[in-house]
Amino acid sequence: MTKPIARSPSMNAEDMETIRMMGSRALLEALKREGTKVIFGIPGGAIMPVYDALLDFDIRHILARHEQCAGHMADGYARASGSVGVCMATSGPGATNLVTAIATAYMDSSPIVAITGQVTRAMIGKDAFQEADIVGITTPITKYNYQVMAAKDIPRIVKEAFYIASTGRPGPVLIDLPRDVQTEEDEIPFPKSVKVRGYNPSIEPHPLQVKRAVDLLVQAERPMILAGGGVHISGAYEELLALAELLNAPVATTLMGKGCFPENHPLSLGGVGMHGTREANLLILEADVLLAVGTRFSDRTTGRLTEFCPDAKIIHVDIDAAEIRKNAKVDIPIVSDAKKALKSIYGQILQMALKRQPSLWLKRIEELKAQLNEEATSTGASLKPKEIIKTLRRLLPEDAIVTTEVGQNQMWAFLHFQVIKPRTYITSGGLGTMGFGFPAALGAKVAKPEVPVVDIAGDGSFIMTEQDLATSVMEHIPVTVLILNNSVLGMVAQWQRLFYNRRYSNVYLGRIPDFVKLAEAYGAKGERVEALPDLEEAISKAIKSDVTTVIDVPISPEENVFPIVPAGKALKEMLWE
Amino acid sequence: MTESDQIHIIAAIVEHKPGVLYRVSNMFRRRGFNIESITVGPTEEDGLARMTLTVKGDEYLVEQVVKQLRKLIDVVKVSRLLSGETVVREMALIKIRTVDAKARTDVVNYVEIFRGRIVDVAHESMTAEITGTPDKIDAFIELMRPFGILEDARTGITALSRGLKSVKVEA
Ligand SMILES: Cc1ncc(C[n+]2csc(CCOP(=O)(O)OP(=O)(O)O)c2C)c(N)n1
Repeated sequence: MTKPIARSPSMNAEDMETIRMMGSRALLEALKREGTKVIFGIPGGAIMPVYDALLDFDIRHILARHEQCAGHMADGYARASGSVGVCMATSGPGATNLVTAIATAYMDSSPIVAITGQVTRAMIGKDAFQEADIVGITTPITKYNYQVMAAKDIPRIVKEAFYIASTGRPGPVLIDLPRDVQTEEDEIPFPKSVKVRGYNPSIEPHPLQVKRAVDLLVQAERPMILAGGGVHISGAYEELLALAELLNAPVATTLMGKGCFPENHPLSLGGVGMHGTREANLLILEADVLLAVGTRFSDRTTGRLTEFCPDAKIIHVDIDAAEIRKNAKVDIPIVSDAKKALKSIYGQILQMALKRQPSLWLKRIEELKAQLNEEATSTGASLKPKEIIKTLRRLLPEDAIVTTEVGQNQMWAFLHFQVIKPRTYITSGGLGTMGFGFPAALGAKVAKPEVPVVDIAGDGSFIMTEQDLATSVMEHIPVTVLILNNSVLGMVAQWQRLFYNRRYSNVYLGRIPDFVKLAEAYGAKGERVEALPDLEEAISKAIKSDVTTVIDVPISPEENVFPIVPAGKALKEMLWE
Repeated sequence: MTESDQIHIIAAIVEHKPGVLYRVSNMFRRRGFNIESITVGPTEEDGLARMTLTVKGDEYLVEQVVKQLRKLIDVVKVSRLLSGETVVREMALIKIRTVDAKARTDVVNYVEIFRGRIVDVAHESMTAEITGTPDKIDAFIELMRPFGILEDARTGITALSRGLKSVKVEA
């Protein structure tokens, strides 16, 4: 040890290394020690010392064309890999451009660490050039944030940031770094571990609550499981599958949970909610016990809450105690990591050695699924969204990753794209951010270069972040953008059609730009396809291509997503077509 | 009194560092919770401060407030303080118009009855310091109204549970 270090309340001083260096290098060294291999970002005045130091570090930097995209890339990277994604921006406008991406990650509990430059310490609060109070701005949309006031605090803060972002209920953490802290040289301690006394993310399920849940589940006649994004986060896939099979309980997922249970499994009902499948939305009304795992009962999932699962006793497993009884009334709350809770519920039921008879409930599920899933064959001039999505599924390997934009494209994918492997369906569920899918696809591809990545897009959404085609070409990150081009802001148009008497207000986009030419302008490939065989060929080529391909598929502007539960209505008020 | 205008007292031990009050009040604003009063001060323990919050609402609301507070990283411990098991105090400084000798004697007498103190005297005003439950302070202010209240400042509630129970953080 060189010299004594002031003991911070949140740091174990036991054993740490101290190195004399500049703040900027300390940041990168600390990131490296956390396992960071790639940073998505854009430089600027207040973060230049870090960008200068970056030249000497073995960390890949991907230069985005908009900070929002850098943020979504980090998010897509995190969701595909399960590890923390890192993005970086300069102060002021660079930082504020990150805001949408941070809010998106926050709503979907995605672990990212955002690093922003800031004006020098002395200038803070003086409305200096490119000063924005990014800590104040992002307080309600980050799990935690920091403004670093001394270079010697950097490694501890980075370590805490990764710990907070990636444990418990994950979420974004922002680190704001004044420029002169980056250039400050000091004896900088690198702690080996951190402890944050107000934060305890590892919670064991309460045995009594588990026992009560078990009692309810084994007595249930019509048990059902609602699986949310928490199942992905905790990696509780095997536990979920085992428990569902043991109980003969059908599994419906939320939008965030999609893919945490294989959708080709006989017990899978697909997604539930505003654009859930018919079978999921119907059967959830009939369940007598609902085991909800890792979900916050969002309004898009439950419809009008008072009529959600009217006859069911609800068991709610969530690691975030603040989610329990925030929205839904629950009978048995279990504050716990999903994996631990499901494991102990499963273990206890297994010990009881129940003999489950093939029940009426299972028969009802099978019959309903068979009845509802008769293929409607399409006629008419243009390709049907469902056909396009099913074709894509057929041509993609099981481990390919799909991202979506927001709107009809997202909901068609939710309904018709069968997800088999976990973490292969990435979507902005909570914030519903148009423009998310493409940069998230780039981030996912960086995390998983060996699998094809496809963004299922709408024309309106893709326009919001298409400039990062430049990033994909320059950085050799080949993905496929499949645009369901209806020439309108489709989901808004659908609402205007259904709920506003076809009074279309400001939804027409006019098939501008020409996406083929647009792609070519960036050095990417562009294809327009109007028939099924051409679509098949274009997809097959695109997913093998070493440059990004934009496939533009014209569809009718009149297409609707069905079923739909109108906003504020109960699931049972679902419109079928 | 209906359940929804019940007053609840919550004590929170928080990190004593810049921005913590902002995080707490920002959370209240964002979640649509209304704070009736909030007091903050350092505690005996190193690096920790204690916040006493009062909120008005039903059981559902207080449960949400407590959970959202616990969720904040800088909040180390949260407890509800139940009336009956809690000592509740507020302090107020009240500047009263005292135009003549009679007014001055009257005010001094009232202050004595309320076990308060006169902390400032000028030609035409006196400032009283009163400590007690919010009800007691309300009552005192009511009595002073006829004299004319020039200014008043109240600290908001601070509270501790009775006996050995505590909200302290174990070392
Ligand atoms: C950034 C942002 N702005 C506005 C909206 C509101 N919005 C929701 S869906 C939608 C239309 C999306 O159009 P498009 O991307 O073409 O997809 P489509 O619905 O046609 O498939 C809009 C404008 C949003 N979700 N995000």
